[in-house]
Amino acid sequence: MKNLNAATKLEKVLTAGEFALTVEIGPPRGPNPEPVRQKAALLAGLADAYNVTDNQTAVVRMSSIAGAKILLDQGLEPVMQMTCRDRNRIAMQSDLLGASALGLRNVLAISGDHQSASAGGKLNGHPGAKSVFDIDSIQLLSVIKGLRDQAVQAGGDSITEPAPFFIGAAWTPLGPPVEFRVTRLAKKIAAGADFIQTQAVYDMDAFGRQLALAHDQGLTEKAFILPGIIVPRSAGMLNYMNRSVPGVVVPQELIDRMKQASDPQAEGIKITLELIEAVRALPGAAGVHLQAIEAEELLPEIIEAAGLRPRPEV
Amino acid sequence: MITAEWKPIEELVSSLAGYRNVLLVGCATCVAECAAGGEREVQTLAPLLTMALAKQGQEINIRTATLERQCEPEFYDDIAEAAAEVEAIMSLACGIGMQLMAEQFDPLPMLPGVNTTSLAIREEPGLWTTRCAACGDCVLGETFGLCPVSRCAKSLLNGPCGGTRENGKCEVDPDTDCIWRLIVERATARGRLDALATVRQPKDWSHSQHGGPMRMVREDLR
Repeated sequence: MKNLNAATKLEKVLTAGEFALTVEIGPPRGPNPEPVRQKAALLAGLADAYNVTDNQTAVVRMSSIAGAKILLDQGLEPVMQMTCRDRNRIAMQSDLLGASALGLRNVLAISGDHQSASAGGKLNGHPGAKSVFDIDSIQLLSVIKGLRDQAVQAGGDSITEPAPFFIGAAWTPLGPPVEFRVTRLAKKIAAGADFIQTQAVYDMDAFGRQLALAHDQGLTEKAFILPGIIVPRSAGMLNYMNRSVPGVVVPQELIDRMKQASDPQAEGIKITLELIEAVRALPGAAGVHLQAIEAEELLPEIIEAAGLRPRPEV
Repeated sequence: MITAEWKPIEELVSSLAGYRNVLLVGCATCVAECAAGGEREVQTLAPLLTMALAKQGQEINIRTATLERQCEPEFYDDIAEAAAEVEAIMSLACGIGMQLMAEQFDPLPMLPGVNTTSLAIREEPGLWTTRCAACGDCVLGETFGLCPVSRCAKSLLNGPCGGTRENGKCEVDPDTDCIWRLIVERATARGRLDALATVRQPKDWSHSQHGGPMRMVREDLR
């Protein structure tokens, strides 16, 4: 086994060539750790690592650092997400050192939803907030890599010792301008990404073409790519994602299947299983990032049925 | 140009409460170009405000003038006499002109009549869009003449985020182009997509407002 950057379970599973599984746990909109613990109890042992989102859709939630630490205390391995929206490079590096001190080792750098997102208009949010975007997600990857590999801050000052991180990035393979998306992936990997979790993919042909391009450029050798799958629960949800979630392309055939299904939930699970199978067949897909937004209780059954249990011991 | 737009009439009316003699001053430069504070807008706004205040039972005499440029002291002589006879001045210039106005006639109150919004271009009649953020560290040479600092909602320097809509517009505003989509298209058209493959390091924001108020000194001109 090659030298590990942070020796997290996720890194070990991926490095061992096992098909990895990550799922997402969104922190609650409140100060109580119990909801995080409950989700942890529901999902323990099902995945290799658990993403903890950073104020997704620009709505204030418990911080990803705190959420990740609660998971860690419950015996789950977190992936702490960090967006560029709310913190400048000083705060981000400080939080990264703090996260490292707390034992958090997987970190995922993303641009972050704009502060106007406000949960897609479902909540007030804080559209009048001052956005930061001091550095972008690719620059954040470089910064994290600097803390890890050179023990040096972005400004050039040293830190007392390297901060070991397994560094992740997001990828929207099918977002316009689609001809640039593989280049952007390459930039993320060049900047420091060890693993990649993608925006939800439903159009496996189109995604397969993008992944093949990445594969041809050797990118799948340099970083582990985990395609994202969001469990569909209704035709309306798929329609919404197809129309309103940038970078998500849903084939009409899948929407029609959900529309005609007598039991949409069962059909959604069936589609999810087919998508997981399709991902497993793609050269260069190192695992899958599975999300069941506000329906995490569906995950145990899906993961079982997909033959992804038990998770490898590494 | 520097763009501005009228403050809401209610806000202007309430800022004029209690005044009987006010001078409303436009500026014939940028704010005239963007139809917020030129001679025409001064002549439109004065009767609007007079009527709105009359409705509330307040009599007001609004005198009007338009300076060639409110950001240059030499143009202020024209209104010195009128300024001496009013209780306040409402300025329709950008924030720069307004501050010089406040300084020129200190301690006469200066009431802002517009909100200064952007460094922009008139894209088509009735539409102005941002072109510059005055970041003090121009990147246009690397982005094919299209500014991601001012025209990307996240000021991204390494390409588009995941929020580009299917039609190439920005996730933040369905009527605004994703500037990175345009940059990529221009690079592609010039056969130079490779130029965007290099990772651009964090920007030095100290040359912008983030470094504190700018003091640009040219010793050869002092």
